[in-house]
Amino acid sequence: MSTKGKVKGIISNLVIIAVDGPVAQNEICYIETGNTKLMAEVIKIIGDNAYAQVFESTRGLQVGAEAEFMGHMLEVTLGPGLLSRNYDGLQNDLDKMEGVFLKRGEYTFPLDKDKLWDFKPLAKPGDVVAAGSWLGEVDENFQPHKIMVPFTFQGKYTVKSVVAKGQYRILDKVAVITDSEGKDIELNMTQKWPVKKAITCYTEKPRPFRLLETGVRTIDTANPIVEGGTGFIPGPFGTGKTVLQHAISKQADADIVIMAACGERANEVVEIFVEFPELEDPHTGRKLMERTIIIANTSNMPVAAREASVYTAMTIAEYYRSMGLKVLLMADSTSRWAQALREMSNRLEELPGQDAFPMDLPAIIANFYGRAGYVYLNNGSTGSITFIGTVSPAGGNLKEPVTESTKKVARCFFALDQTRADRKRYPAVNPIDSYSKYIEYPEFEEYIAKRISPDWTKEVNEMKTLLQRGKEIQEQINILGDDGVPVEYHVAFWKSEVIDFVILQQDAFDKIDSVCPIERQQFMLNLVMDICRTKFDFSNFNDVMDYFKRLINICKQMNYSEYQSEAFESHLSTLKEMLTSEVVSR
Amino acid sequence: MATKAFQKIYTKVTQITKATCSLKASGVGNEELATVNGKLAQVVKIMGEDVTLQVFEGTEGIPTNAEIVFLGKAPTLKVSNQLAGRFFNAFGNPIDGGPEIEGEEREIGGPSVNPVRRRQPSELIATGIAGIDLNNTLVSGQKIPFFADPDQPFNQVMANVALRAKADKIVLGGMGLTNDDYLYFKNVFNNAGVLDRIVSFVNTTENPPVERLLIPDLALTAAEYFAVDHNEKVLVLLTDMTLYADALSIVSNRMDQIPSKDSMPGSLYSDLAKIYEKAVQFPDGGSITIIAVTTLSGGDITHAIPDNTGYITEGQLFLRRDSDIGKVIVDPFRSLSRLKQLVIGKKTREDHPQVMNAAVRLFADAANAKTKLENGFDLTNYDERTLSFGKDYAENILAIDVNIGTEEMLNVTWGLFANYFKPEEVNIKQTLVDKYWPK
Repeated sequence: MSTKGKVKGIISNLVIIAVDGPVAQNEICYIETGNTKLMAEVIKIIGDNAYAQVFESTRGLQVGAEAEFMGHMLEVTLGPGLLSRNYDGLQNDLDKMEGVFLKRGEYTFPLDKDKLWDFKPLAKPGDVVAAGSWLGEVDENFQPHKIMVPFTFQGKYTVKSVVAKGQYRILDKVAVITDSEGKDIELNMTQKWPVKKAITCYTEKPRPFRLLETGVRTIDTANPIVEGGTGFIPGPFGTGKTVLQHAISKQADADIVIMAACGERANEVVEIFVEFPELEDPHTGRKLMERTIIIANTSNMPVAAREASVYTAMTIAEYYRSMGLKVLLMADSTSRWAQALREMSNRLEELPGQDAFPMDLPAIIANFYGRAGYVYLNNGSTGSITFIGTVSPAGGNLKEPVTESTKKVARCFFALDQTRADRKRYPAVNPIDSYSKYIEYPEFEEYIAKRISPDWTKEVNEMKTLLQRGKEIQEQINILGDDGVPVEYHVAFWKSEVIDFVILQQDAFDKIDSVCPIERQQFMLNLVMDICRTKFDFSNFNDVMDYFKRLINICKQMNYSEYQSEAFESHLSTLKEMLTSEVVSR
Repeated sequence: MATKAFQKIYTKVTQITKATCSLKASGVGNEELATVNGKLAQVVKIMGEDVTLQVFEGTEGIPTNAEIVFLGKAPTLKVSNQLAGRFFNAFGNPIDGGPEIEGEEREIGGPSVNPVRRRQPSELIATGIAGIDLNNTLVSGQKIPFFADPDQPFNQVMANVALRAKADKIVLGGMGLTNDDYLYFKNVFNNAGVLDRIVSFVNTTENPPVERLLIPDLALTAAEYFAVDHNEKVLVLLTDMTLYADALSIVSNRMDQIPSKDSMPGSLYSDLAKIYEKAVQFPDGGSITIIAVTTLSGGDITHAIPDNTGYITEGQLFLRRDSDIGKVIVDPFRSLSRLKQLVIGKKTREDHPQVMNAAVRLFADAANAKTKLENGFDLTNYDERTLSFGKDYAENILAIDVNIGTEEMLNVTWGLFANYFKPEEVNIKQTLVDKYWPK
């Protein structure tokens, strides 16, 4: 007998319900209005009053409306067929909804119940299994989708039977396992999990160290992110957060990409809908959409579901990680999620923290980033969730609660810079303020030495020092004037400009330049560092500028040409000629 | 929602603030409309029997024994073809002396479009203003505001854009419009002979500020009618959204909500997004494009209103006076059209993206050179050339009085490059330089 209740009060989407039985924090309930039922989540309980946030508009809702409590928290359904789908923040399949406009109270099943999957057993009778153990496998868009013992199961079980290789639907029985008391449990290919809890079916979470190639030079070369790493991209509007994020999601070397569009523009999601089914994954050549799941809770969709959307995305990521896959999770933007928390905290009349955000915001953010990571599963395989969130700081000021809380937990910081954006130096990642903590990991250094070259880290650090030096000189020139500093200063400044234009800047809209594989990055970095190590002998600063502008122009033409193509090689030989001209000191 | 058989009249107000009043009532729905002594009001909070109403006109003169009648419905607008050519107030009542509209009654502030049903915007909106068409190309289905100080001619530019945009319908939502500006719009549209394509909802500075909150929803309900029911291309002009946000803060303040940045309500982002996200390209050809105005105080875009707006809209057009040429220009550094990538170089000539970026980069160099000059440093020959380029570029491209086709804009820019620079100084793909560099 489930708990029921009656609505007592309504303040926007916060509803107070008088209940007739036990209710749990975060329990889901449905409130009846007219002939629809509105889904809501309990967020506070005082005596017999449950305070619930409704995931929809409460227009027309009246005092006295009936509410029914479901006895579980907000859950997602996990199983084969999640890939390529477009969900809202509550995992409703948007494509299954009819009509141009979203209808209130319409909830759809997230998977396809009729599709037949090619099932292959992995476990055999007698095997001892636990939550997360692989029982079988189906092929989902060329990914080995593991059918696992539900994560909610506790303790050890013995496999009694697994169905033979063949075609099954997701709700067909595929295995029977026996618990310690001898009770048989039938399993199908799906399971449910409450989104706000982390799935922890792994033995160990070591420090991540394997480079996650993104094809973006300013990330891979300068501030690399790793499989299972965390990073965040703060930036004022118009600095290219979304373009950078889309570039990463298109090009990253991941098995599964989950994009949570959280409180952002609908047209940006449409861009993904349009492009991803067409574009190819640069690593496998298959369509991008095949490896992608989109959770779209755009800014005009209900605020409470916005908060749920990032958890829904993370839970699906954890599900795929448990199969031993490399998952990339992108959330745009975590600030909108924080704002959703703020709106609700405000309605609950909680004492506000900084900028009216709830006091526990840093803890909530830390907890969420903590769910990412590289793990060893119980069977010894590895899996990872790399999480990159964007932050939209109010007024572009990085000293605001969401940025500050995120900075404490994310290990990579890609600071988008208004001045760089104004000067059209894209991606506008500030090379000096940004960092990747992973560079300092000895595990990473060892890995990258093998993967690229033993002196890679050294070269990258040398490059950063030159950038820093270039910036200092630029400031001096601004104060003292062009002829107030020695000519060598101009040379050093222009060397840093070469790094900026050739390595850091990248044209995300150019077919060739947008994706830069790591081998090519290595080639270009070596080339640029050779230029930077060359000693020059100029008589005046005007010549310095002319010479380097020409040089940069050639390097940019190389970036625009197919790697090692005829055009590329011909630009390269022009460049080599320039490096033997009389201005080079011997 | 069914209309009730008889309407109960309440006559005991328990609490009155400047914008709200409360009473004890039952059977009331959230967001339902009511009248308080004839003034329109809306339910904003229900706590047991206590119902709080937001009175749009303000509560001046409301006594504790005011007559309150609940209307059993959320705010609505009657939609039909009769809307075209008409002027309405914030309650959707005609203010042009014409007859009431007959048509289907629709709730305003309706549901959102399912994102998977949207189409990607792909139609260029040509305005002839090079600062927009060349550097910040507009696309139908886009939402973009002008960021401008109150003394800048944003309403004129907006009216120009509206007239040149070839929209099937133009819906004007005027919030806190001065009477003079209201008459300006009316005259411009009248003189251009397009009045039959215009629908206007106007709240002037003479009307109570809280009424403004209804304007965007009314305007967008009318826009959705033409875009969805008639598959028309609708352009919605919203001016001035800063005054709309101010009205939001008044209400939230009266409701004792904790203010966040710049005393704006914590829900400002969602409130604004609900409006702007109505911009859409529908699958059947209709579209809603929103061009809005957000006035700034002293060019400060870090204030909560422009800041939140910038995160919602697909770019912004920034007007500023350029002292070198003595004209208002579309600032190329701070302006941005996010959707331009969908059309430039695709619907326009192939060299568009690179020419645009190169020119802006050189204009930035000109700005640096100017700073050097002002600080009393010697200029290099390159600096001198960028300065001359900057001036010509501002005059021939950025000024808002420019009215030429996109191809001509590109040719003019190539001409400016050739006048002042060598090909290697402009950083453009060699193949394009070979093709377009003036010989």
